[in-house]
This record gives sequence, structure tokens and C-alpha cells, in this order.
Amino acid sequence: MTVATLKTVTPMVELAQLLIYGVVLGSIIALGAIGVSLTFGVLRFANFAHGDYMTVGAYLVLPFYAVLQLPMFAAVLIAIAGTALMAVTIDRLLFERLRQAGPLVLLISSFGVGLMLRSVVQMVWGPRTLVYESGIDLPLRLGALRIKPDHLTIIGGALLLVLTVHLLLTRTRIGKAMRAMSDSPELARVSGINTAQVILFTWVAGAALAATAGFFLALDTTLLPGMGWFFLLPVFAAAILGGIGRPYGAIIGGYVIGITAEFSTLFISAAYKPAVAFAIMVAILILRPTGILRGN
Amino acid sequence: MNSALSVRSISKSFGGLRAVRECSLEIAEGAITGLIGPNGAGKTTLFNIICGLFRPDSGNVHLRGRDVTGQPAHRLFHRGVVRTFQIPHEFAGMTVLENLMLVPAGQSGENVFRAWFQRPRVRREEHAIVKRAHEVLDVLQLGQLSGELAGNLSGGQKKLLELGRAMMSDAKVVLLDEPAAGVNRTLMKTLNAAIRRLNTEHNYTFCIVEHDMNFVRRMCNPVVVMAEGATLAQGTMDEIMADQRVLDAYLGGRRA
Repeated sequence: MTVATLKTVTPMVELAQLLIYGVVLGSIIALGAIGVSLTFGVLRFANFAHGDYMTVGAYLVLPFYAVLQLPMFAAVLIAIAGTALMAVTIDRLLFERLRQAGPLVLLISSFGVGLMLRSVVQMVWGPRTLVYESGIDLPLRLGALRIKPDHLTIIGGALLLVLTVHLLLTRTRIGKAMRAMSDSPELARVSGINTAQVILFTWVAGAALAATAGFFLALDTTLLPGMGWFFLLPVFAAAILGGIGRPYGAIIGGYVIGITAEFSTLFISAAYKPAVAFAIMVAILILRPTGILRGN
Repeated sequence: MNSALSVRSISKSFGGLRAVRECSLEIAEGAITGLIGPNGAGKTTLFNIICGLFRPDSGNVHLRGRDVTGQPAHRLFHRGVVRTFQIPHEFAGMTVLENLMLVPAGQSGENVFRAWFQRPRVRREEHAIVKRAHEVLDVLQLGQLSGELAGNLSGGQKKLLELGRAMMSDAKVVLLDEPAAGVNRTLMKTLNAAIRRLNTEHNYTFCIVEHDMNFVRRMCNPVVVMAEGATLAQGTMDEIMADQRVLDAYLGGRRA
């Protein structure tokens, strides 16, 4: 942590600084976890390729931003559309055919999909670390606090998306149909809900969130073919912690894990952050086996 | 009499089990048809085929003269076939009101783009649906529970909610799978009154699977008996009860 090197840092400021890092990390985890939770809720399918959807989303920003010089916002929108298209295509080509075969077959094949996506990314962009922009972004000063502009983008963007998901699930028919299918797929079908359409929309929403999460992760750190894969662990921990299949739980889970993981760096090395995420998940699941919000 | 729904030589097997064999059945327009039979006779399977959850191995289903065999459940719903479940199904994480509001078909809000770009129209429709949902809840005497999560209702109340779902649609044919099972007497009266009212005032056609013979005697005419995957007899309750084949099927007598 850069804060630790400053001479004037008081413990309060250090805590506040860690809280900011925690909210940033939590925002990224939450965006990933909502997607995992949506696909699990609607399809009863734990998609292990979700982390690699994040990677693809992050890398897709590169050609439009760094090469074509489009504005960042436009490049991200294109990357989101591309990732959504990819997710829907993969579902049509593979997962849809395997849905009858049961959850284990789906789970293992999603591992395979993730591996293939990672390899494709590595073939196209190479195994080295990439960044969207080189150079140093000067942090904004807020009293003794220092906030990176990128962090403001991530926190603000995540809040906006979380709000969008909330409005989608509560105010639109398709969102309500998603919740309905998650509660009882059979009843949804005999209530006139076009389940194929709901599934399509679930993939689009999940992939869009994954792409944004991937972009934010790359903005905060760097681009690497394995970035999403390694990030999948805290994402799943957050989804399970919140109550799998409950998007609101995923949001809570994401922030709980992000913030606690950052605070843990006060006591142990930052290298153990993923382990801390799992320790929190296990601890809460022992107390409350179905997650914070009763999951399915 | 006109058939609302006509089932012609339907068969369905699960592995080696032939659940429904060459079953034919006419459900008369405007009637409350009772479907009875011993456990395992294939009544629920037949319901699942009619409403589009299962595809039959052979045979046809006609809805008002139109072949609808094998159409997906959501499309049949929009054509007016509504069913309820023996073990009540509900959207547990949604309120009672939301459960009902999810039902009506073809709303503009269903289309995401319209939901965002044609707000006034969507709002007008939503308003009408809310009104209808409240009316339905009042008829079913669930009015004070409209904000409750459906998962918290009692078994009997969930059955009423299932019927409420049928009332929200412009159903032509309503299939009720054991509506009376596990419902206490007070709720039962509400349920019976709602079924009667839908039948006489709104011209809904019913087909009801039920084991409670008093219920069937009171509510249903004609009564159809199913056994071993096929229809065995049809008539008024008294005719049925006098039929030796029916007694045999229930009591398992006189068969080699």
C-alpha cells in the first residue's frame, strides 16, 4: 500500500484509505457475482467460464480504445455488446444442448469453455501484461485522503449498474420473469412466460456485467489472460455468501468480501486476499448455511 | 355439445412405464368436468401433456378444434389453457400481488425497449393489471395479504393463489390438479364459490382432478374415470358410482 510509505498518515486515514480500496474491489466482485447469481438462479447452472467472460470483456475494450482511439465509454459499450453476443452464442452452441444432461456435465463443460476463451485471448493478445494507458494518473486529494480517478469511475459505474439491475428486476416484465423463473421454472412456463427469451436475456445481462467487471478490474490493475480466471474465486465466494441465485445477496457478498479482504492487509500479506475471501465465506456459511439472503 | 378440449388417443411412456395409453377425452365447453381415478391412473401426466409441459409419444390434443399437440406451455397459456398444480407452486420470493401481476399476457412492458421508451403506455397497462389483481384478491379473500411474500402463505392460501392466477388470464380452459387437497373448510368454501363464479359468470371451462368425492359430487358434471392410463367410464357421479368397472378399478377386485 502506498499509504504506508507516507509519513503523515494517521491510523484513521489509513483505515479510510483501505475502505476505499475495499469498496473498489467489492464493486468489481459484486458486478461479477450478480452475473453468476443470475445464471444460477434462472438456469441452475454454475458457470465456471464467467471469469473468462470478464477477461474477454476487458480485452475487447483494447482494440477500440487503444487502437481505434474511440472514447473510453464507447469502447466499453462495444466490448459489452461483444461479450453478450459471445455468451449467447456459446449458450446456443453448447450449454443449451447440454442442459438436459444435468448440472455436473454443464459445470465441467463450462470449465472447458473458460479454458478455450483464455487460450484464444492469449493467442490474440499474447501472454504479457497489458494496460489500457501507460503513464501515471495523479490521485485527487481529499484532505489527507488520496483517491485515484479510476477508482471513482469504478465505484460510480458499479453503483449505476447495481441500480440498473435493481430497476430491471423490479420494474420490467423481463426482470420479473427472471425472478419468477428463478423461483419456479415449471410454474413460469405454465404462466405464459417464454423461458427461452428469459434465458437469452439472462445471458445478455450476465455477460454485460461480466464485461464491465473485467474492464474495471483491468483499469484498476492490468490486463492478463488469466485475470478473470483468478478473479472467479472471490466472485463465486461472494455469490455463495450472499445466497446463490439471489442477485441482491451477490451485491452484499461482493462488498463484504472486498472490504474485509482489504482490511485483512493490515494484519497479513496482501497475497492472502483470496484466502481471506474464502475464510469469510466459510465462516458465514457455518452460521447461515444458505447465505446472507436465503439462496436456492 | 361442443368440445373445448379434445384429447385423442394420447400415449406417453417414461422409460418402461406407460403412464398414459391411448387415452381419449372430451372436455365440454362451459362444463366443470371431474377427472377421477386411483393413484397412478395417469391423471396428472395427462394434465402435463394437455398444458404443454410434456410432449405425447402419440395422439393429438385439440383446443376448440385446433390441433395444439406439442406446443410449448407458454404458448398454450396464451391460447387460454391454464393449469394449477397438485402441490401448489408459487413464486416464493415475490409478493402475492406480484405473483398475480406476472400472469397477464402480451403486455407492452414485456418488451424491454418499450418498458423504457414508452413509459406512459406501459404505466396505463400496469394500472389496469393492478386493479384486476386487487379484484381477484378480493374475490379470493386474500386482499389483506397482497403485500405478503407468496412463500409465507399457508398451503390452502397458495391453492387460492393458484386459482387467482387462472382468474388473471382470459382463460378458456382451466385444469385444476387436486384443488381441495389440504385445504381447510373455510378456505374450501371460498374456493368453491370462486370456481362456480368463474364458470357461470365468466364462462370458464374447468377440468378438475380430485380425490375428495364430496367435492366432485357437488361441483362436477360430467365425471370421467381414468384407470391405468386410459378413460374407463364417463357420466354423472351417480352413474359412475353404480358402474362395476369403476369399483373394480378403485378396489382392485375381479381382475385376474
